[in-house]
Amino acid sequence: MKSKLLAVGGTVAIAAAALTGCSAGESSATECTNKIVNADATQVSVWAWYPAFEDVVDLFNQSHDDVQICWTNAGQGNDEYTKFSTALEAGSGAPDVIMLESEVLSSFSIRDGLVDLTEFGADDVKGDYTEGAWKDVSSGDAVYAIPVDGGPMGMLYRQDILDQYGIAAPTTWDEFAAAAQTLKDAGAPGVLADFPTNGRAYNQALFAQAGSVPFEYDNANPTEIGIDVNDEGSKKVNAYWNDLVSKGLVATDDAFTADYNTKLVDGSYAIYVAAAWGPGYLGGLSDADSDAVWRAAPVPQWDPANPVQINWGGSTFAVTSQAKDKEAAAVVAKEVFGTEEAWKIGIEKAALFPLWKPILESDYFRDLEYPFFGGQQINKDVFLDAAAGYTGFTFSPFQNYAYDQLTEQLYAMVQGEKDSDAALDDLQASLEKYAGEQGFTLK
Amino acid sequence: MADHEASAHLFTPDRLDEETSMTTQTNAGLQPVATRPTSAPRRRGSRLEQRRQRWGWLFVSPFLAVFALFLVFPLFYAFGMSLFTSTLATGTKFTGLENYAKAFTDPLFLEGLLRVAAFAIVMIPAQLIVALAAALVLDSLTSWLSKLSRLLIFVPYAIPVVIGALMWSFLYSPKFGPSATLFTAVGLPTPDFLASDTVFGSLVNIVTWQWSGYYMVVIYAALRSIDPSIYEAARIDGANGWQTATRIKLPMISSSMVMVITFALIGTLQFFTEPVVLRNIAQGAIDAAYTPNMYAYSLAFSYSQFNYASAIAFSLGALVFAGSYLFLFLTRKQSGLK
Repeated sequence: MKSKLLAVGGTVAIAAAALTGCSAGESSATECTNKIVNADATQVSVWAWYPAFEDVVDLFNQSHDDVQICWTNAGQGNDEYTKFSTALEAGSGAPDVIMLESEVLSSFSIRDGLVDLTEFGADDVKGDYTEGAWKDVSSGDAVYAIPVDGGPMGMLYRQDILDQYGIAAPTTWDEFAAAAQTLKDAGAPGVLADFPTNGRAYNQALFAQAGSVPFEYDNANPTEIGIDVNDEGSKKVNAYWNDLVSKGLVATDDAFTADYNTKLVDGSYAIYVAAAWGPGYLGGLSDADSDAVWRAAPVPQWDPANPVQINWGGSTFAVTSQAKDKEAAAVVAKEVFGTEEAWKIGIEKAALFPLWKPILESDYFRDLEYPFFGGQQINKDVFLDAAAGYTGFTFSPFQNYAYDQLTEQLYAMVQGEKDSDAALDDLQASLEKYAGEQGFTLK
Repeated sequence: MADHEASAHLFTPDRLDEETSMTTQTNAGLQPVATRPTSAPRRRGSRLEQRRQRWGWLFVSPFLAVFALFLVFPLFYAFGMSLFTSTLATGTKFTGLENYAKAFTDPLFLEGLLRVAAFAIVMIPAQLIVALAAALVLDSLTSWLSKLSRLLIFVPYAIPVVIGALMWSFLYSPKFGPSATLFTAVGLPTPDFLASDTVFGSLVNIVTWQWSGYYMVVIYAALRSIDPSIYEAARIDGANGWQTATRIKLPMISSSMVMVITFALIGTLQFFTEPVVLRNIAQGAIDAAYTPNMYAYSLAFSYSQFNYASAIAFSLGALVFAGSYLFLFLTRKQSGLK
């Protein structure tokens, strides 16, 4: 009897071992989306969601004998961050190199998720980037990522619609408001623009144009943070948009929904205040008006005598604290988008706006003509100036929470539940409370 | 079965014709015998019995291993996590039950609880009425139409929840949905299904659409298991269709009804998937802490507060358990669990 029992027990144990063995085999990081060229070289796993990134990876692998990229698309934006965040909490499962938007770098560096790249030669490539771009990836003396693409902002507009109603492309926000009124008075089927309450970085960029510096934070002193989201500049901008909303001059549709995507290209909005990746985004949308005439112009200004350039989005490559070979990982982060060939793929196939100076300042990029804009040289006309004028931004180490709160307050505002100043005052109070709960001291 | 008949007896109002109550009394008379089923005398210490038990343990051990590995261990692990507090700036430290004290004074958690309670009050009766009406109608029909209808009413349940919610989010969309066409055709302004005051109803609608069919099938199955001779007796006594439905069918399926409500209650308190999907197109109206489950999810995965999220999840679990237990206790007569 006993031996039989043991025998059965043994079978169960073997079956269990087989099951766990199977799952362990699957989770090992050997599945790459791309082909490895040099099988003997050190492999660096990379998470990224750039369009046409496979071509860039192939280019890197063919030109490097000692390091090879093993690339996976782990989701876009928050989908990827959620996986990375869980991997950090679990202590394993993160890639060696990860694509992150600059706005979330502090959120991960405070959790010791990212490697300070100053030890791995970040300063060698510092000269290849503009000051504003480098500031976005630095915190104090530390550098947590290598910039890749940026989102200097401009204004994309429907020339045909504005012409139809006799409106000149606005250069200031006053002209913008007047144009919105003209369009409505003329009984146009659409509105001038959209003010999405879930615009997150977009809303923050609009505030920043009027001088808002929402966060002061330095990783060298990680328990101290300055929060100032209800400053005069933010309040001015917020009151301006709330006024347009209450008069029915702009829409308040949520951004990045199917409805919004259709409205962007079907003429529901005559103007799309956008980042440099906006043209690529528009080009990828379906149901576009075939006879639409798109043009790009600089973003409207508050004071045309002192123009302020702003930025929306942009991404970087960071080395994670779980990287096995940090040296090799840093090489990947620095060099994957460090050639003209790679950038030509990035610009022409993925519509990225480069932050790497050799291509950013090249004649090729400056003179590039965009068929979507009827051959307009949008970089020369708009985005290069916008990028050059950008001085960088500091994000909070709880940016996702801050954005969710911003969305909540702006939504309450456009619903008419509170006025524009109260919305920002309440936002300030909720962020201060949260920072306190998270153990920060307020500056 | 005996239990069903016993509860039927309890629910039979005195006004019912004497003959009918006689039928139920006859059945009820069997009850005391049937409620003591398997208490046969056991010879403890018998070697045979012990050996049998050993084999029994062996047969359940694969289940127990999986159960322990994938349910008991994660539960203990999560509970352990909830006893620590981890903040962004100051790291992790043991704080005992502090997270629980925080949870039950956290306005976001409490608002979420109130919201799911409101959902329970509206959504459960709505689903139940639809399911019950459909089941009673289908039970009294015998044509091919009833079989087809049964299938059609059940179909929404066969659609994955996420797909169902996505589908509805397109139907609600002012741009793609049919509502604009429909409402302008009859000269009414198009309602915004995703505004902060209408999204509640929109969610109730999705859940009712999805789950009523499932509950209908459960109730219908219970109705089919009623002995047809009871209906015959009722007919002889002169009961009409309505009386048969409310005085005989309803009381006899009360245990199934209790089960259905328990499922609906647990599902509603843990409301998650539909609001999460709809949040993609209505971020203002559905905030990150719309329901307690969503709050726990955002805390863990958006704000990386895994410890506090565990505490929220455990608090919710305890409340769901208490809620279902209370409900089962209050309905112990109807469900036959007394």
